[in-house]
Amino acid sequence: MQQAQILSTPTRLRPGARWERFQRRYAPYIFISPFFILFAIFGLFPIVFSAYLSLHEWQPAAGLGSMKFVGLRNFTDNLTDPTFWQSLKNTGIIALESGIPQHVIAIPLAFAIHMGLKRVKGLMTALYFLPYITSVVAISVIFVTIFSWQYGVLNVLLTWLHHIPLIGGLFPAEKVNWLGNRAFVQPAVASVVVWRYVGWNVVLYLSGLQAINGDLYEAASVDGATTFQQFRSITLPLLRPIMFVAITLTLIGNLQLFEEPYIIAGDSGGIGNVALTTVMYMYRTYNFYSDAGLAAAMSWLLFILIGALTLINNRVFGKSRLSGAD
Amino acid sequence: MKKTLTVLTLALLASVAGAQAKKTITIGVFPDLDSVVKAALPGFNKLYPNIEVKINSLAYADHHNALTTALATGSGANDVEAIDFGYVAKFAEGGGLVDISKAPYNAGQYRSQFVAYTFPQAITDDGRMVAMPTDIGPGSMFYRTDFLAKAGVKPSDLNKSWDSYIAAGKKIVAANPGVFLIPDASEVESIMIRTGLKPGEGLYFDKNNKVLVGPDSPRFVQAFTVAKAVRDAKLDGHAGAAFSSDWTTAFQKGNLATEVSGAWLVGHMQNWLAKDFAGKWASQQLPGNSFTSYGGSFYGIPSQSKNKAEAWDLIKYLTTNADQQILAFKTTGAFPALRAAQSAPLFNEGVAYLNNQKARQVWRAAANNIKPIDVNRLDPVADQITNDALSSVLDGTKTVQQALADAQALIQRRAR
Repeated sequence: MQQAQILSTPTRLRPGARWERFQRRYAPYIFISPFFILFAIFGLFPIVFSAYLSLHEWQPAAGLGSMKFVGLRNFTDNLTDPTFWQSLKNTGIIALESGIPQHVIAIPLAFAIHMGLKRVKGLMTALYFLPYITSVVAISVIFVTIFSWQYGVLNVLLTWLHHIPLIGGLFPAEKVNWLGNRAFVQPAVASVVVWRYVGWNVVLYLSGLQAINGDLYEAASVDGATTFQQFRSITLPLLRPIMFVAITLTLIGNLQLFEEPYIIAGDSGGIGNVALTTVMYMYRTYNFYSDAGLAAAMSWLLFILIGALTLINNRVFGKSRLSGAD
Repeated sequence: MKKTLTVLTLALLASVAGAQAKKTITIGVFPDLDSVVKAALPGFNKLYPNIEVKINSLAYADHHNALTTALATGSGANDVEAIDFGYVAKFAEGGGLVDISKAPYNAGQYRSQFVAYTFPQAITDDGRMVAMPTDIGPGSMFYRTDFLAKAGVKPSDLNKSWDSYIAAGKKIVAANPGVFLIPDASEVESIMIRTGLKPGEGLYFDKNNKVLVGPDSPRFVQAFTVAKAVRDAKLDGHAGAAFSSDWTTAFQKGNLATEVSGAWLVGHMQNWLAKDFAGKWASQQLPGNSFTSYGGSFYGIPSQSKNKAEAWDLIKYLTTNADQQILAFKTTGAFPALRAAQSAPLFNEGVAYLNNQKARQVWRAAANNIKPIDVNRLDPVADQITNDALSSVLDGTKTVQQALADAQALIQRRAR
């Protein structure tokens, strides 16, 4: 009886059918696996490892065996470190100084290109986009030469302007030490960031503008609306979804600022540490202080901050208003 | 087809057999030290025909980052690793590098043959020695003879004391408009805190990890005060760190009257930094009879190396062989850490760039006067905090006392 039962179950399939079943069931997983394998190695592992690391004291040069569990001490250490708070403050100031102008310049600029320069739109977009695809190191090095105190182009220009009669009085008589004076370092860094990302935002807004139905503008001009009225009442409200995307990207990018301040102000963070951003401080903690656990904890604190701010941005700008309820 | 395969296999086998007789080791270096190793290999291979050396050269920062990663993960290090002075303390902690003071290396036996301050830099608090010194950077003051002549200042006015340095500097700047006495005032501080240390004291910490920075430390108060005096007298070029763009341009434009640095700076000056001013620069000891070191390089063996014996042979050759050390000096100007190499006739010859001044004798004298300074794991932290404090003094945000008190508190936070 038992034997009969075993024989009756269809344990054996045709070799071809088996292969087919295998293909249908598992082949998709095999095809998609490279992504997951790569993600696990280069994405997931570092994240998990840094979380693990943030609870340990570890000097990398001493080898993996020297890790010591310290609980949340790295977090409390960071939160009681005046330099950490200063780096957050610097990051915030530079983020605002570079974030707001980016959009204030990019939106009208995109509108102008969209409305007035239809024929050379491609060329203009490419020109504005150029800084974004150029190496940030090259850009920053050039800006350092521009801002240089004794030999900088900017000071040469200001001195030249100072010697012009009538308007000369408006310009400083002495060379300005842009990178050696607390007041100027953050704006200097911010100006580089603005210069670099305006083009990126212009491209974003242009794509947003293209999605707006041209009939609306036509109807508006028939009703006698001026260009400014069209911009205010049609463009701005309908650009809202793309503004949300652009501002979110700026927010995240600016809070992770590293290369520009690092090269312009040097790894010390410039005079009085005013250009020391949180990511720079994290890098310094890992690289110069060889305190990997402290640096990892700092990265998680920054992550929490960025997460919270993005959430707030989402509330203010995000979904509820996206539908154009107002 | 079969025949070709057999021949190929045989050829492969033969090459493997050949390689077995010859051992290949790797050495990780950075420029310009790679030129020194390259120049050394023919001589080394004559003595050790069975050791083949492969050079893995990376840019300065990349080399040290790669080494950190290799030590952290326990794999990927070279058999011999070059380590710059600034990184020795960092790599000394933990067990990543072999303790060469123990058998079979017994590096201690060579101690008396080396410039006195080099060995202590590579020895940890618990007595392990992690690297052999190869070259050193005895500190020296370089000055422009033409600017001094125009101002009627004697070179000895510059190095008698710090007060006379500043007084002479004012005259030089007045007589040569647009010229700076020194690229950055902070350089003055960094020399001054390196002199007058008591035995058992490091730069920032003593043997018991007590923080030495503070408003009650005469060493730091004086260093900060003099640096501030240089800044207030408008003598410095606000150039920041060495090799910054302002620093480089100041040299290239020729508006610097003096610079304090390692002897190795002459190599940079003649090759690119101040090519046009050959013959106008000269060298003398640092102000106030200070003797201090500006960098230097070491070689260590990672614990993970499988060819430690051969690695040690190479290190011994690079560091304890006088002919090799002289060759290194000729190749890149790497000043020998080995004393025997310092008595070579070369040291009595004039340096063409310095108007044939016998400057190497000056540097040798400096090298043998430098006192060892204890290193501490937290030196980089203290260094950064102290520099920040100094910059807030220099730009007038804080007083010397206040800045040092703040720095002391910040460093103590870390030194738990």
